[in-house]
Amino acid sequence: MTTAIVTDSPEDLARRGAKERRRPFGRWFRETGWRHLVGVAVLVFAAFPLLYVLSASLNPSGTLVGSNQLFRVVDIGNYIELFNRPTLPFAAWFTNTVVIGLVTAVCTVFLGALAAYAFSRLRFTGRRIGLLSLLLVQMFPQLLGVVAIFLLLSGIGEIFPVLGLGSQVGLIMVYLGGALGVNTYLMYGFFNTVPASIDEAAKIDGASHAQIFFGIILRLVAPILAVVALLSFVGTASEFVIASVVLTEPSTQTLAVGLYQLVSNETSKNWTLFSAGAVLAAIPVMLLFVFLQKYIVSGLTAGAVK
Amino acid sequence: MTAPTPATDERRRARAALDQAPRSLRGLLVKVAILGVVDAVAVYALFVLFLQREWLVFGIAVAVLVIINVVYLRRGLLPAKYLLPGVLFLAIFQIFVVVYSGYIAFTNYGDGHNSTKQDAIDAIVLTSQKRVPDSPTYQLTVLDQLGLLSFLVTDPEGNVSVGGEDRPLEPVTGYGTDATGKADELPGYTTLDFSGIVARQAEIAALAVPLSDDPNAGSLRTPDGSRAYLYISTLEYDEASDTFTETTTGEVFRDNGHGAFANSSGRELVPGWKIDVGLENFFTAFGTESIRGPLLATTAWTFSFAFLSVATTFALGLFLAIVFNDKRMRGKRFYRTLIILPYAFPAFLSGLVWLGLLNQDFGFVNQVIFGGADIPWLTDPWLAKVSVLVLNLWLGFPYMFLVCTGALQSIPDELSEAARVDGAGPWSIFRLIKLPLLLVSVAPLLISSFAFNFNNFNVIYMLTGGGPRNVAAGVDAGATDLLITLVYKVAFGSGTGRDYGLASAFAIIIFIVVAIVSIIGFRQTRALEEIDR
Repeated sequence: MTTAIVTDSPEDLARRGAKERRRPFGRWFRETGWRHLVGVAVLVFAAFPLLYVLSASLNPSGTLVGSNQLFRVVDIGNYIELFNRPTLPFAAWFTNTVVIGLVTAVCTVFLGALAAYAFSRLRFTGRRIGLLSLLLVQMFPQLLGVVAIFLLLSGIGEIFPVLGLGSQVGLIMVYLGGALGVNTYLMYGFFNTVPASIDEAAKIDGASHAQIFFGIILRLVAPILAVVALLSFVGTASEFVIASVVLTEPSTQTLAVGLYQLVSNETSKNWTLFSAGAVLAAIPVMLLFVFLQKYIVSGLTAGAVK
Repeated sequence: MTAPTPATDERRRARAALDQAPRSLRGLLVKVAILGVVDAVAVYALFVLFLQREWLVFGIAVAVLVIINVVYLRRGLLPAKYLLPGVLFLAIFQIFVVVYSGYIAFTNYGDGHNSTKQDAIDAIVLTSQKRVPDSPTYQLTVLDQLGLLSFLVTDPEGNVSVGGEDRPLEPVTGYGTDATGKADELPGYTTLDFSGIVARQAEIAALAVPLSDDPNAGSLRTPDGSRAYLYISTLEYDEASDTFTETTTGEVFRDNGHGAFANSSGRELVPGWKIDVGLENFFTAFGTESIRGPLLATTAWTFSFAFLSVATTFALGLFLAIVFNDKRMRGKRFYRTLIILPYAFPAFLSGLVWLGLLNQDFGFVNQVIFGGADIPWLTDPWLAKVSVLVLNLWLGFPYMFLVCTGALQSIPDELSEAARVDGAGPWSIFRLIKLPLLLVSVAPLLISSFAFNFNNFNVIYMLTGGGPRNVAAGVDAGATDLLITLVYKVAFGSGTGRDYGLASAFAIIIFIVVAIVSIIGFRQTRALEEIDR
């Protein structure tokens, strides 16, 4: 596994090897150089589809076949058309996705933090069972119950049309049903790393439990709140199954549902338009990832690597 | 809780934070305000439920409202104060939903079997109505009362009555008439003028006002908003024998025990109604040849897909982590930042982007990389499987890379140093020291990755839609379908009718598998020990 598997042209190697004059070339390549070859190969694999979609989004031909010559033409016509085609409410999809994602993320963090605080700091009957149940619940993603969710919302809709099928508020409520299951455990672990003596000190100073929670704990666990909010936002923004079943009106749909319908029927015809939509949809999420990378990595690995 | 004496600097930190914290009066006001809003909404909901006579839901809502108020207004009950909001949502939209799925799996819920038997009878009577030939013409005025439409009817003898949907005609007095003697207004109602009728044309055309309580008596409908005619069902329902009789042919339709009325030759009236069918859905799933085969194939592929996804992403991620875990190598940050990109790209978009890349006729892969070849990446059963695995490798290897990098860096260098001194080569150091230590820490993540990929809906549905479809199958199953995409297609698919019961039966199968996997997962994790801390 640790042997070089990629060969490269000698000129290429010499150029890169020139920087490392202290070691003889052969030794440099055996120890470090081949790693760069692997790195470049992986970068091509990782980045090419993204470059391709960026290039397609700037291509005025409109079709799939026209998109195969990368960056031949650069034209922002597709981006303009995205917002001007009456049958394609892209701006509405974008706003819906951001609003639903943000509301869900904020509420998820809040509900999860409340529960994690209780599990981490309070001792009560049923605490162990509660934590075990959460561990169990998080194994069952909500999309497994999509049929029941659909029927539940259609039942609710008969009584309260505001919360039923087709309602974004209803969809957010469904997502919040998964708030505890997915994230509490992650937060619980982080809450445990904040020393309990800080709470004790505040209590001696006469702080109430609410003051300790909102005033002290939430500030100290801010990194994990950011991670959970981001994961929740990204998860919600990419969620297709439940959103496609609940949101029936095109103008209320999210990017996942809307873009899927745009491209699934006539892949080739709408290709560059879809690409432009994909780039716009992906940029906010990817920026968040790059800037919060440090937190995300620590949050993701917190469960296993300590 | 016994409080140890806190260190002084911690007291200082706490006090500093406290100074910025809201004072308790403000906290109280916020609490009362939020509780007030929740109570107001809840009371409104109770009011609506009361009017709609939904007694079971009403009872549950009252109980929840009482619990909320008790928890937040009483002193103490601290854990409940923090747990209640999340638990409420969890109970309704996760736990109830699972239980409800279980229930649906034992019903014939689906297209044509959506509601109760009474609803089905009413619907059959209504849809089979035909205008009675040569029947009298009723003079009609359409009335509106708070959005609800009613018919004000003057029959040929000059008797005036009013009625609406589900409200049979009742004689009225106190109405106003126009020059021809037709009643055209009634106190408490607004008369729709011509433009009002045009605006609500569809609603008016769909309205059927029963003549009396007996559904067989027929109902009045209007084609134009000013004249109504008697429509009588060609199917007559007899309550005593629970049968429908076709009035023209005398054919009898009986309850066939499967939630529908059927005649002797098996023709069913639509709609039917929802009944409990016991294990029938499971018998259909495992007993019908045309469904059992595809279902077993799908289950096998779901396991293979989940396993191969974890194996390939972990292998590539680990390999890269080792390659880049070298102190002398430059530009590691650069590589790491770019490698994370596929992971940051929204998953549903990845499937669609690769859908274009792998397009058989015009895609980049066939046209440019394979020089105009005609490789059926997404339409050949085996190549489609390869394609989804490659896409999932692209999506998943950055995560495994991050995880493995973290795990490798947490292994102390001294261990490898000591082994090297003892004469071990790089390969033995990796195989005998690093790999076992790494596996201990990433095993739980591998198991949860397996569980995730077991239900990796987006990748499959966006790239292949589960296809290419197995044409011999009795359900819409294809070569790359996972169980979860199968559930979705059976329940909401466009080609075949919606069958919620069968879809839920499939979902139950997933539940069982996931439960088994998570039990294995539990044994592997150290999570259990942490709970007891």
